[in-house]
Amino acid sequence: MNEPALTIKNLEKTYASGTQALKGVSLEVPSGDFFALLGPNGAGKTTLIGIVTGLVTKTAGSVSVHGIDIEKEPEWTRALIGLCGQEINFDPWMKPLDVVVNQAGYYGIPRSVAIPRAKKILGDLGLGDKMDQIGFRLSGGMKRRLMIARALIHEPKFLILDEPTAGVDVELRRSMWDYLTALTKQGITILLTTHYLEEAERLASHVAIINKGEIILAGSMEEVLKTHEGGTSGYGGGKLEDIFVKLTSEQT
Amino acid sequence: MPLEKQFISFYTIVRKGVIRIFRIWSQTLLPPLVTSVLYFAIFGTILGSRIGELDGVPYILFVVPGLVMLSVITSAFMEVASTFFFAKFFSRNIDEVLVSPTPTLVIIAGFITSGIIRGMLVGVLVLIVSFFFALPSVAHPLIVLLFLFLSSLVFSLGGLINGIYAKSFDSITIVPTFVLTPLVYLGGVFYSIHSLPPLWQTLSLANPVFYIINGFRYGFLGTSDVSIFICTAVLLLLTGILLGVNWYFLKKGLGLKQ
Ligand SMILES: Nc1ncnc2c1ncn2[C@@H]1O[C@H](COP(=O)(O)OP(=O)(O)OP(=O)(O)O)[C@@H](O)[C@H]1O
Ligand SMILES: [Mg+2]
Repeated sequence: MNEPALTIKNLEKTYASGTQALKGVSLEVPSGDFFALLGPNGAGKTTLIGIVTGLVTKTAGSVSVHGIDIEKEPEWTRALIGLCGQEINFDPWMKPLDVVVNQAGYYGIPRSVAIPRAKKILGDLGLGDKMDQIGFRLSGGMKRRLMIARALIHEPKFLILDEPTAGVDVELRRSMWDYLTALTKQGITILLTTHYLEEAERLASHVAIINKGEIILAGSMEEVLKTHEGGTSGYGGGKLEDIFVKLTSEQT
Repeated sequence: MPLEKQFISFYTIVRKGVIRIFRIWSQTLLPPLVTSVLYFAIFGTILGSRIGELDGVPYILFVVPGLVMLSVITSAFMEVASTFFFAKFFSRNIDEVLVSPTPTLVIIAGFITSGIIRGMLVGVLVLIVSFFFALPSVAHPLIVLLFLFLSSLVFSLGGLINGIYAKSFDSITIVPTFVLTPLVYLGGVFYSIHSLPPLWQTLSLANPVFYIINGFRYGFLGTSDVSIFICTAVLLLLTGILLGVNWYFLKKGLGLKQ
């Protein structure tokens, strides 16, 4: 499996409103990687993820997942991807177990297989005792974890997480990172967006920074930290954070 | 996606819809029952005793099929229009199935099937309630079933178009109030069109619901203002047209993608 998990070439997106969210983005996520896609609010991260997962139509460019074009074989690429989106979007009237088991159904997994698998994943994510509680009564952090469980139920090779740790407390965040790192050890590729740059610096092996619809930096974390100046702002934070601020403010 | 997996996905969508129908039964099943009881009591029993017979049957037996259809049509329509709209606009949980390999055709079939189930379920419940007011004879049970099914199908398809187009919840409630109810009332629920002036008779023939009510009534009484074949043909034609329109949306991405 040497094909990159994700190959994006000259991707452009202009919304019907006229907003040009992506202006020719090219990006490659190696298979098995923990990849951080960083960028300020409104940079185009969610748009990019939307196109890869088939929720947003592209204006130009091409996208392939594990070498398969998302337009030519959408059913194949969708089966490979697991998405944990930025917005909480499960049916709030449903119980976590049902949310996850239904999601399995959409991938053609029978309930007899999905139920034990869902219980295991929800348990691993610390939701074992909340499985039968109505969705809207979960706390913000629990909802996030339910979103992750839902994304994993069909055992995707490529997991996409759009700010999975927004609103999650420190302790849980750490256990979530451990959980995700363990997944990459099993060979699952992870593409992640986050505004916690210190954590991205510590966990990701590759990083790309997108600003105003353009990639302004991409490479292995090691390389990026080595070749760029940083650590002088006095705000604390990590080196990556300073590089990020420097580059994204330069562009304005 | 292999056919077997498509079926599992279809079943998942329908199962979710049916569980919802029963979970909020006081919004999905109860209102048409309450309205029907009122209609049966007022038009059937109280006014009906003064009207006497119409087309050779007691008035209540004449109005029951139309009133059942009123409930069936609105229920099927609202089921698909509102679940689709809510899934798209509020929690945006339609994305759950959109990111999956489920083909769009299966998604549509799933939503439509929930609408048919709710429409037919409400139809049967209202019919059962009508037994308390008058025991209708059923001349052609299969025609009754066929028209329950076809009209649920047609209005589920219509509800889907509405759900796709709706930009706010108002546009979901507008159609049942300002389009469906007038069509049903003017479609000959309470009268035979032979009692209308010629111009209105002709206009009634342009109302699709007229054929639904007449076909359905034929199933009970064995008589109708127009031939049962024409009624069936009109319904099949409508199904074809609405399927075509939904098919077109399907190809454009169902109005779901930005
Ligand atoms: N549905 C939409 N219609 C029109 N414009 C949109 C839509 N969604 C996003 N945009 C615009 O596209 C641009 C990129 O938005 P996007 O959500 O991709 O940013 P982001 O990098 O995910 O930001 P954040 O970190 O805040 O989540 C923004 O200018 C946004 O206003
Ligand atoms: Mg975003």
